[in-house]
Order: sequence, then C-alpha cells, then structure tokens
Amino acid sequence: MNRIHFYSLIFILSLLGLSIFFYKVAVLGFPLNPEEQSEVWNVETRITFQGKGETAKISMFTPQSIRPYVVTTESFVGQDYGVTEKTEGPNRLVTWSTREADGVQILYYRGIIRQMKDWETDIEEFIESPPPSQESQGKLPPLEGAFLQAGMALLGEVKDQSADTESLVLSLIRRLTKEEPAPHEALLLSQQPPEQAIAQVLTLNGTPARVVHGIELSREAKTVTLKVWLEVSEQNTWVPFDLELIQKGIPDPYLPWWRGDAPLFQIEGGTKLEFRLSVSPNQEKAIQAAVARGMVMNPAWLKFSLFSLPVETQVVYHILILIPVGAFLLVILRNVVGLKTFGTFMPILIALAFRETQLLWGLILFSMLIGLGLAVRFYLDHLKLLLVPRLAAVLIVVVLMMGALSVFSHHLGIVRGLSVALFPMVIVTMTIERMSIVWDERGPVEALQQAIGSLSVAALTYLLMSLQIMDYLFFTFPELLLILLAFTIALGRYTGYRLLEIRRFQRLLEQP
Amino acid sequence: MTILKAYSQLSELGILGLNHRNAVYTLGFNERRFYPLVDDKVRTKSLCSEAGVAVPALYGTIEIERQVRDLPHIVAEQTEFVIKPAHGSGGDGIIVIKGQVKDKYRKANGVMISLEDLQHHISNVLSGMYSLGGATDTALIEYCVNFDPIFESISYQGVPDIRIIVCCGVPVMSMVRLPTRMSDGKANLHQGALGVGLDLATGTTLTAVLLNDVVTEHPDTANPVTGIKIPNWTDLLTLASRCYDIFHLGYLGVDIVLDKEYGPLLLEVNARPGLNIQIANQAGLLPRLNLVTNRACDLPDVHARVAFAIEHFHT
Repeated sequence: MNRIHFYSLIFILSLLGLSIFFYKVAVLGFPLNPEEQSEVWNVETRITFQGKGETAKISMFTPQSIRPYVVTTESFVGQDYGVTEKTEGPNRLVTWSTREADGVQILYYRGIIRQMKDWETDIEEFIESPPPSQESQGKLPPLEGAFLQAGMALLGEVKDQSADTESLVLSLIRRLTKEEPAPHEALLLSQQPPEQAIAQVLTLNGTPARVVHGIELSREAKTVTLKVWLEVSEQNTWVPFDLELIQKGIPDPYLPWWRGDAPLFQIEGGTKLEFRLSVSPNQEKAIQAAVARGMVMNPAWLKFSLFSLPVETQVVYHILILIPVGAFLLVILRNVVGLKTFGTFMPILIALAFRETQLLWGLILFSMLIGLGLAVRFYLDHLKLLLVPRLAAVLIVVVLMMGALSVFSHHLGIVRGLSVALFPMVIVTMTIERMSIVWDERGPVEALQQAIGSLSVAALTYLLMSLQIMDYLFFTFPELLLILLAFTIALGRYTGYRLLEIRRFQRLLEQP
Repeated sequence: MTILKAYSQLSELGILGLNHRNAVYTLGFNERRFYPLVDDKVRTKSLCSEAGVAVPALYGTIEIERQVRDLPHIVAEQTEFVIKPAHGSGGDGIIVIKGQVKDKYRKANGVMISLEDLQHHISNVLSGMYSLGGATDTALIEYCVNFDPIFESISYQGVPDIRIIVCCGVPVMSMVRLPTRMSDGKANLHQGALGVGLDLATGTTLTAVLLNDVVTEHPDTANPVTGIKIPNWTDLLTLASRCYDIFHLGYLGVDIVLDKEYGPLLLEVNARPGLNIQIANQAGLLPRLNLVTNRACDLPDVHARVAFAIEHFHT
C-alpha cells in the first residue's frame, strides 16, 4: 500500500469535488441556501382574432435579451398552429400559421425574463444590437417634399442651439412633444408619431436613430403598455433617450421588444385582432433561476447535471443521492464510534422507510413488526423447518402483518399506519432471522442491544437524511459526493481506537 | 478532552484496537487466499493431520440434507461427541453431547435433547444458519475432548481452551478461557467466561478477568485461578508456532485444548482473533507485535521462533 498514492487519491478527489462546487457557487451563482429567492418577470401576450375559415398567418415581434436581462423559457402556444422563428434586421419575429382558422382563435406567447449576475453578462446570448448603420435602424421612411423642407428647417433651428448630439436630441424631443407644436413641427407630426419624426430629422443630420418599442420591468405588478423610446447613435453605440422624461437613458429596467415603426402584429386571414400584454414580477427559487441562467451561459455543463433529468427521475435521485450520506454516517458510527448493527446497510434501508412513516411512527411500526415477527419465528422453530422455507414463511407472515397493520390503522384513522407498506420486507425478515439467532446463541440481552443499536443508527441516519439542507446541497452539488468518497476512503485506513473501545478496555485504563 | 486522554492512555498501554487490527494485521499479514484453510474446519483438520498436528478425531461429516438421517450410525459407537458447523464463528452452532439415554442425548449442561432436535440442528447448520453470509455449510461430528484434570477445579461445564496469538510464527500472547455458569459453558469472554492471562514464557496463569472485573478465583467453584502451571507449555507454543507454516497466515489465533488422554489438541485456528486477550492479560498487544515485526519476522524455524517468544515475552 503506497501512502503517497493513497493520500494523493484522497487529495485529488477532494480537490475535484471542491473545485466543481466552488465553480458552481461562485461562477454559476448556485445559491447555498435553498430558500434564497430571485426575481423574475413573466411576460405573456394573449392574442385573439376572428378566423375567416381560410389560411391564417400571424406574425409578432418577440422581446430581446439586453444586458443584463435575458429572455428564457419561451413558449408559443396555439392549437393547430405551426410556429417559426426568425431574425429580421434588428428584430426577432415569430410566425404562427395554420391551414384553416375558423371562429375565435387564441394564441399565447410566454417568456420568463431573468436578470443575469454582473459576471454572467459577457456571453453571446445577448444579440449585440448591430452597430449603428442604415440597416440596423429598422424601416424608416425618408422625408419627402414639404415634410423634408419642414424637417430641414427644424433641424437648422435646433442645431444652432445645441452643442452636441445629446443636446440636439433633447431639444428635438422637447419641440416635437410639445402640447401645441409650432408650424413646422405640426406638419411633421401630422402624419406620424413624434418618435418617428425625431428619428427622421436626426437621420437628416446624418445621425443614425431608431424607434424602439419595449416594456418596463417594474417591481410591482401592473398592467403594462408598450413603451416607446428612441435610440440614437453616439460614438458608434446605441444610446436610449426617454421621450416622456426628456432625458438620456431610461431610469427603470426595460426590455426592448422590437425596433422600427412596424406594428407589433401582422395578420393575414383574420380580423378583429386583439391582444393583451402582461408583465408580472415573480419570485422564484434562486436555484431554479441559476439553473435557467446556466442553461443560457453554459448549456453543455448543465446538460450533465441532475436538473436536466425528467422531473419524476429527479424525485428518485433526491432520495438516492442521500444514501451515500447515510452510508458515510454508518461508517462513522460503526468504525469510529463502534456501534453494532444487524447487517451492514440495514439501518440505511430502515432510515429510507422512515422518510415515509416519519420517525416516531417508523420506530413504533418497525418495533411492532420485528416483535411480532420474532414471536412467529420462535413458534416456527418448533416445527423444525429448513432454513430457506422458514425464511420464506417469515417473509409471508411479515407481509401479512404489514397488510393487517395497514388495515387496522386505516380503520382507526391513523394515516401513518398505512406507510408500514414501505418497509423493506426482505430486510425486516432477515433482521428477524438474525435477531433470533443472536437471541438463541448470545442471549436476549445481546439481541436487544443489537436491535436498539440498529434502530438508533437508523434513526440518526434518518435525521441526517431528512435535513432539507442535505437534500438540497447534495442534489444541487452532487460533486460533494466526491468529497464524501475521499473522506470515506480516508476513514478506510483509520486505525485509531473506536469510541466504545474506551468502555471495552475500561479495566485496563483504571490500572495504576 | 477526556476522550482524547483515554485514547492516548490506550495508546500508551499499547492496546490494539479493532480498526488497527483489521487494517494492519488481518489485512496486512493474512492473504485472502489462505482464509479458507482456517475458515473451513474440515480443511483445517485435514491439513493439521497431514502435518502431524494432533486434532480431535473426526467421526464423520454431514454435507447434504439426505445424510442427516445417518447421524445415529455415525455416533453409534460414541457416547460423547461434538457437532459443529465447518464455517461457524465465535462458538455459534456448537452442540456438545455428553451421553445417550435410550433415544435421547444429554447435552453438556445436562439438558436432554431428542434425536429429532439434533437432526434439525444439523439441518440448520447445513443451510448456512451459522456460516458467514449464509452460504451452505457442512456439519462436523468429532471427538468430545475430555479435558485435562488441571482445569477440573476451575471450570464449569464446557471445555476450557487456551488461545495463543501468533504473529509471523512467533507466539506473542496467550490466555486460558474458562467457562462459567454465566457463560452457559461457552468459552466466550463477552458472555461471562473467565479470561485468565498466561505468562507466555512459562505457561503460568496470571490474574483473571470476569467481564470487567479482576478476580482471583473461579466464580462458580471458588477455587483460585492464578499460579496454575500448564504442563508441557513449550509443546503448546511449538504447536501454535507451527500453524504459521501450515496455514501461511501472518496473524492468527490458535485455540488448543488439553485432553486427558491425547494431550494438546488443536481445536481451531482463527484468522481474525479477538482483542479480549488484552483484557485477560491486562496488557497491550502492540509492543509485542512491533517487536516481532521489527526483529523476528524471518526467524529460520519453529524452535527459533518459540525461543524468541520465551526470551522476550516473559511477564
């Protein structure tokens, strides 16, 4: 046995476990506390229209990820509708289409918006708005004729009064959003909304500008209307300008939905289109948020995590992942403390059954089963049966007793009594057999001692395994099992005394 | 703190703990492939007979259920015999028959047992009730030792035996286990048998330990247990030491009984001998084991090993 080999194995296992653990905590932002909450927004649009009984096609822009917000878990719901997604200029477009739409049609778009942590924003998922250029402005019809003249005149006036792009934009906003606009402005506003007029005038100046429709992400739930603002090119990046507050930048968290003057929807083969938009802030477990953000950041990494499993399989692993924890406790209780149990892993299986029965009822039911089973076993002894048939007979009786206990407790209205069915009956049978042998060979005292030892180990294991934090930590960070493995291997070479050996060798300690 | 203090005290006394025994001695000195030689008492017996080591005579073995009905034939000419499982441990499953009255047998404790009961017991043995892991087993029917009168006054029923721990072929510690009423005639210290330490050099009994108390006389017979010298002690040490050559196990416990007629007989060999011998001797095994592993691991023959033990382990 090479000591260097041994210790380096332990070291490598712990290091590996710890590194993955810290990576997940520090980089992926997995919370250590299962109760930690994180804020998300649920976005939903509900679209209804009247079908004409012919082919229908609805297009809608969808919200876009912008630092530090990311749109995840999108779903497009429409019965009998095909869905296609594509990118169109600076926008994302989803199209529902169906062969025949008759009567009232309902379509849903849902998405969850999450705020990324500061260090997570350096990722490709954010479709970086293309740098300001003609194409990235969306469709902006150029000014013509009298409108062009009015625009040039307005630009000339404003330009004289402003020092830089920012002041130019702000004074344009001020002039074009006035309650009673001057003649030039009135002409410009006669056929289009102010934001588009401002963008057009800025384009005349050679400054790229575009109209943005989006939503505010507020902390309070409220009905949401689409907000319109302006993005102006400044030093080759898009800078937002708030039209209502007449200022650079938008104070509230916001999310752009689409850019340009196009309407949110385009419909073919339908009438009476209505839509309702809702944005509701929501709390979700921070761990779910971390997993979802992780999927965005590094999907390959999470593809191999337990969270990627189907939910019902996850439930199984919530239990399985805790068995090693119980086994580790068992190693400590047996090899470091020195407790004796029936069978090596029997207490763990009993502890698993306690998960369903709860501790007190588990102990009561288990003791009843073992006690009744022992009585039957002692009776069977008189019949001089061979070992395997006798074991099978005890097993059958155990199953009968479990059934009887369930029925009785059900009629007495004790719900917990039903969970007796979850005891591992083969383990119960073997425990009865071994206990009766110890009883015969070593006396009832030793048998009861071992039984109580086994039960207390099972109870301790159950208490440890039922800690919510254990379940959470080991399920979220299965790499902790590597550390557990390292400790278990280390304990495998523990040659020190066991705690109960102090009592065993008491006599020698009392020597002068 | 008191726990740490107790640990350091135990370590100062050189007490061998269970973890230490398992990790260093049974795992380190005993090769797995030699375990079956001592775990199967039938093989132990035949290996010993080949090597010329005296063992209790084997009357017969019962290997399959069908043979159970042959029991009366096997023991037809014996009034006394012992039934034991070939793979038993800790004395479990052993029945000692001391007499026969018509179709009933008298156990060592005087209780009568019917042939049917006895056959059922053998069936249990065959189905593996007493073997490790429940594997099917064989029952041995062998000579019942008539122990040497030297222990007559200090044992209650059962068979007193001598346990010698042997490391690398060198005897390192020994004790006598005397059955008491409390232990129900069994030589198991847990259950209240009397453990008496032995001076390894001379074979003289030292103080005795009953459960956790030091005693000087047998609890049932009230006769003194200290200062008794076991005859031909060097022969016993030689016998124990030879087991190293026969079984190739570096750390073992050899159980020997003294028969009135045949002298020392090897009862069984244990590859995982218990730790209670330290309580009986009121001394730790570790200093002795260390001395042997450092200085006596490649002594040439049995005589050199026994001489080493007599020289160094004088109490």
